[in-house]
Amino acid sequence: MNFDADLLARLQFAFTIAFHIIFPSFTIGLASFLAVLEGLWLTTRRPVFRNLYLFWVKVFALSFGMGVVSGVVMSYEIGTNWAEFAKASAPVIGPLLAFEVLTAFFLEASFLGVMLFGWRRVGPGLHFLATLLVAVGTLVSAFWIISANSWMQHPTGFVELADGSLRATDWMAVIFSPTFASRFVHMSLAAYLTTALAVGAASAWALLKDDDQPESRMALRMAIGMFAIVAPLQLLAGHESGKMVLEHQPLKTAAIEAYWRTGPDQPQSLVGLPDRDAGKTHLEVAVPGVGNLIQGVPKDRVLQGLDAFPRADWPVVGLVYWSFRLMVGLGLAMIALGGWGAWLMARKRLDQSVWFLRAAVAMGPAGFVAVIAGWIVAEVGRQPWTIYGVLRTADSASPVGAGQVSASLLAFMVIYAIVFSAGAVYILRLIDKGPEPGPEPLPSGDGRAPGTALAAVPPEPEA
Amino acid sequence: MTLDLPLIWAGLIAVAVLLYVLLDGFDLGVGILFPFAKSPKDRDAMMNSIAPVWDGNETWLVLGGGGLFAAFPLAYGVLAPALYLPLILMLLALILRGVAFEFRLHGRQRGKAFWTAAFAGGSLLATVAQGLVLGGFIQGVVVRDGRFAGQPFDWLTPYSLLVAAGLVAGYALLGACWLVWKTEDELHGDTRRWAWISGAATAGLLAAVSVATLIVHPRVAARWGFEGGHFSQNLLPFLPIPILGAAGLLIVAEGLRRREHGMPYAGAALVFLSGYLGLAVGFFPYIVPYAVDFRMAANADNALALMLVGVGVMLPLILGYTAWVYWLFRGKVGGDAGYH
Repeated sequence: MNFDADLLARLQFAFTIAFHIIFPSFTIGLASFLAVLEGLWLTTRRPVFRNLYLFWVKVFALSFGMGVVSGVVMSYEIGTNWAEFAKASAPVIGPLLAFEVLTAFFLEASFLGVMLFGWRRVGPGLHFLATLLVAVGTLVSAFWIISANSWMQHPTGFVELADGSLRATDWMAVIFSPTFASRFVHMSLAAYLTTALAVGAASAWALLKDDDQPESRMALRMAIGMFAIVAPLQLLAGHESGKMVLEHQPLKTAAIEAYWRTGPDQPQSLVGLPDRDAGKTHLEVAVPGVGNLIQGVPKDRVLQGLDAFPRADWPVVGLVYWSFRLMVGLGLAMIALGGWGAWLMARKRLDQSVWFLRAAVAMGPAGFVAVIAGWIVAEVGRQPWTIYGVLRTADSASPVGAGQVSASLLAFMVIYAIVFSAGAVYILRLIDKGPEPGPEPLPSGDGRAPGTALAAVPPEPEA
Repeated sequence: MTLDLPLIWAGLIAVAVLLYVLLDGFDLGVGILFPFAKSPKDRDAMMNSIAPVWDGNETWLVLGGGGLFAAFPLAYGVLAPALYLPLILMLLALILRGVAFEFRLHGRQRGKAFWTAAFAGGSLLATVAQGLVLGGFIQGVVVRDGRFAGQPFDWLTPYSLLVAAGLVAGYALLGACWLVWKTEDELHGDTRRWAWISGAATAGLLAAVSVATLIVHPRVAARWGFEGGHFSQNLLPFLPIPILGAAGLLIVAEGLRRREHGMPYAGAALVFLSGYLGLAVGFFPYIVPYAVDFRMAANADNALALMLVGVGVMLPLILGYTAWVYWLFRGKVGGDAGYH
């Protein structure tokens, strides 16, 4: 275990999980969106919902496939690169990951097949059930993985035995560790926002080309509803999550806000260049006297700065600081977009507002960027620990040489580049084409159950 | 009454891996046979036959890896670094073939050709990598202080290459038998020929791997009662295993000869069951051959007990809805499934 192999293993994990997290954060929201669309189609019978379902299910299939295969990697990479972490953590979080497979992965994988290929084989109710189960599966999966990750952020409900191994003593305290609830809400809302931004951008793009498209008009309105309600909620959820970090991981808060010195009445740094070696922020623009207020604590409360911790334990302050600002900045932009859209909708001027549509297109990728930035804040901010305060990253790696790790890292980069570019091209191509207006109602007697949710669907995808 | 949790979990992991091999084995096998299809329409039919179920099949692999982590963390922490390169190769290959299911539908001319090749190549590479993992596993892993202490290429030997070749033939047989079951017309005729060829190859390589194991690994040979160049009566309790394998091969052959559609797959499954049990006899009770047994590697009892409750509730459900999905997609498929 030398430094190089450690760093390469970290880079590899960061790369593979950053790639992976893009897809679940999209498909969690998209699965719920599809369930809502199918439910609306079944209850209202308005073809616009069916056409939207048939369109977005194709995007879903592409994204879900990429999420699955990049996720399989994670279940083995913990062993190949982080064997010591695996051995240490398994007595406590092993069951959480096992439950994720048992309660979520099988459910998603099995009913995805029914959702994509089963429309002529099951009735509308059963097909809707399959969509619902896939949507539930994505959320259950998020539940377990955020639970395991939250335990790594702030471990509770375990003891360290004489031989140094860990034992769970209270499973509820392990699964529902103190930071879990706020982080799970924060992540789920992030997934919904990410999807809403992508759906909004695709619909706005279609409307910019041709504003007479009932499907895109409907989808844009649904997306604006999500920004307008969820983006402000997300600000609150993020704030709650931040309060948990302040309470349980003060070092991370100090890095996020670049508090170099311990003391009361901290300033609120807006922008600047944190310099870890010099222990100060260059070119800083800060508002004095409001830092404590924004953390939600009294002005005279002493907040720990980085100087309260050994320098060797500091995370990469600049990366955490800037990732946080990027995430919050994008979040504020989402709130603004939601407010603007709601205002235009109220004044019935939405479809004419070219500038709003352009802004919605530009914000399409914002959710993905914010999710990755937030993940960097959480994970880089936890360094140099894998299990906070219990196991150091340096003691977590596998006894594998730098040669193997760098070779595999390079291979992952090449393969992911190919897969990601192709996937992005196919999804963008679909989006550029847009939802198709549905065909005329089919004559009865074609062998499909009348009224099947997808009775008007072209047959199974032709290869 | 106290439950022997490590033993129960060893059994559960063994069943998960066996189910993985039998289920993902046939869809990887369909990928291996992809280049031999005569027309794009045949390839579409082959892919349509597995498209609704492959994702569920691959989830057994995640259960195998995740289950090993959760139930036998020491084994997971030793085996994964020991088999680092073949495991990474398997993951990369699975990525290429996994995305190909959807990407093939969206690619235009060159894109489609690329993803067709990626599906075939990825399936073959993933199988070879799994064979290397299996071969490297059986020949044993160097362990010191609970860590892998061998060299990066310990797994690469003539023996592991032979095992990989055997697994390619075996998965091709499972894939061919699956297709015999699921296809019709001209393609059905082709798949029957593929099943004959891959069945013969499987029989030959299975025999070769068995002999090689006895010669190269004296420890396994002793377990089978093979010492000093001849078998002793210790062989007797294990004799049903090779008989089961031979019976499986006969069922494949008889099914093909009688033009049965479902029988060959059942026979191929028996062949795999026999090979699986045969290997297990050789290394049990080791979970990291020949250094760590499953009791040493087992997770804390309270973790195993909690997970057993989860398995008790979830596994019947999973098996139930998996069976339902297979039943839902029963029957023959064509290249243009819409007309059926």
